[in-house]
Amino acid sequence: MRYEGRIDLSMTKKTHRGQPRIFRDPKAGPISRALPLFPLQPVLRRIVRHVAKIHPELFERLETGAFKTFLIDAKGIPFLLVLKPDPNSPTLVARSRHDEIQYDVLVSGKFSTLLQMIDSKSDSDALFFNRNILISGDTEAILLLRNALDDMDTTLADDVATAFGPLAKPMRASINLANRITGARA
Amino acid sequence: MTQFEKPELVCPAGTPASLRTAVDAGADAVYCGFKGPTNARNFSGLNFTKAELSESVKYAHDRDAIVLAAINSFPTAGRTDLWKNSVDDAVELGLDAVIIADIGMAQYVAREHPDQRLHLSVQAGASSPEAINYYVEQFGVKRVVLPRILTVAEIKRVHDAIDCEIEAFVFGNIGMMAEGRCSLTNYVTGVSTNMDGVCSPASHVEYEPDENENLTTRLGEFAIDCISCGETAGYPTICKGRYDTAIKKNYYAFEEPISLNLTRLLPDLIKAGVTALKIEGRQRSRAYIRSVVSSFREAIDAYAAGDEPDISQLIALTEGGKETEGAFKSKTWR
Ligand code: SF4
Repeated sequence: MRYEGRIDLSMTKKTHRGQPRIFRDPKAGPISRALPLFPLQPVLRRIVRHVAKIHPELFERLETGAFKTFLIDAKGIPFLLVLKPDPNSPTLVARSRHDEIQYDVLVSGKFSTLLQMIDSKSDSDALFFNRNILISGDTEAILLLRNALDDMDTTLADDVATAFGPLAKPMRASINLANRITGARA
Repeated sequence: MTQFEKPELVCPAGTPASLRTAVDAGADAVYCGFKGPTNARNFSGLNFTKAELSESVKYAHDRDAIVLAAINSFPTAGRTDLWKNSVDDAVELGLDAVIIADIGMAQYVAREHPDQRLHLSVQAGASSPEAINYYVEQFGVKRVVLPRILTVAEIKRVHDAIDCEIEAFVFGNIGMMAEGRCSLTNYVTGVSTNMDGVCSPASHVEYEPDENENLTTRLGEFAIDCISCGETAGYPTICKGRYDTAIKKNYYAFEEPISLNLTRLLPDLIKAGVTALKIEGRQRSRAYIRSVVSSFREAIDAYAAGDEPDISQLIALTEGGKETEGAFKSKTWR
């Protein structure tokens, strides 16, 4: 901060859009290196395609955010998630914490906090005010994604559950259980 | 406990899902805006298309709630058609009231849609009986949303001297500047809060965490705060930033991150003549809407029944984890 005198108007129109960054995790541990991620990828693919299919309206509200790369860093989870919600080919993939990853927006927080957020149980602004989640990068893109997801009648957690067809009920029950167990610590 | 007639609970909605959430949580009225600069919450990914608003009005009306259209930014020269079209659309869709700030739009509504109920937005900054009565007499305004600068006693005096209903904010974001007059964002970003409808547009905001999770907040070229790890944060607005000035270093020169919460003053506000209680937060999520609206529903119902409401959960939703009764309690609050 430090306001140091009169603001020069010629300098003031800067926006922060369109500046991809590189993520490196200096604390990446050995589990992350050893963990095979390939069994996870088809599951994630299924989730993102299912959500895109049942919520085509999501992309209208997403506007330019659809073409950004969202890096999700759930603390305590030995891998990262990379979401590209491009309506033509949305992808969600797991990446090793040892990878260098180019992203537009980074969202990080405890797994339990992020779970509560996608289950629409917690207000993301309040989580941000209370420093339970951290956001950096393209602020407009994350706002577009937040508002697009928030306009769904179901929660993202519901949709993750229904992506598993006949396993939807046990999946939803597991999410509820995880919410109950981890929610107490969020 | 004090008993009273229940006031109207007016709740925010930035998306159709939020509107349904507000109605289901007990809102009597929901206010919302069209996509674009015609309303004062023109944030990315927020607001309604005409088709969305049409469905939303039906949803609310089917459940005995009303919907108010916020068309409360100020049209700039050469762009007035956008605001006029929004007014025409709101009337066509059967919105229960149109909330305007601009005097030209007030005249347009009064002339073109004389049967449309008209509310005067907080953005109009009308806080004196003279100003409010002018809008009532000239344009048939039925309700004024009061700026957040009056004490409860002053609200009572205004009420006694005007010929329209009063709507007062009771929860949410609170800024320090005269409503509808703040140019801080415009000065730094070139985007106007009052004419483009957005304070601190997300496209100009950047959060820069360091390795210790201290967070620098930037608006355009300027760092407006540096929040230490563990410290609570607020909206990235200039008025809630910390600055070094000639008299003090690193302090909230305008206002600290804090939210208005008037739950304890509700009985006094009603006694002062307030007809409608307004919750701020069209930019907030469904989780916020559900929680705040249901809390206020319970609080109003409890007070009306002569009971004391439990309002403890609201603090978790406040900006910076802090709340204030602002000028409503005393002019010395800041
Ligand atoms: S800078 Fe603060 S006072 Fe000014 S419009 Fe934004 S929130 Fe309101």
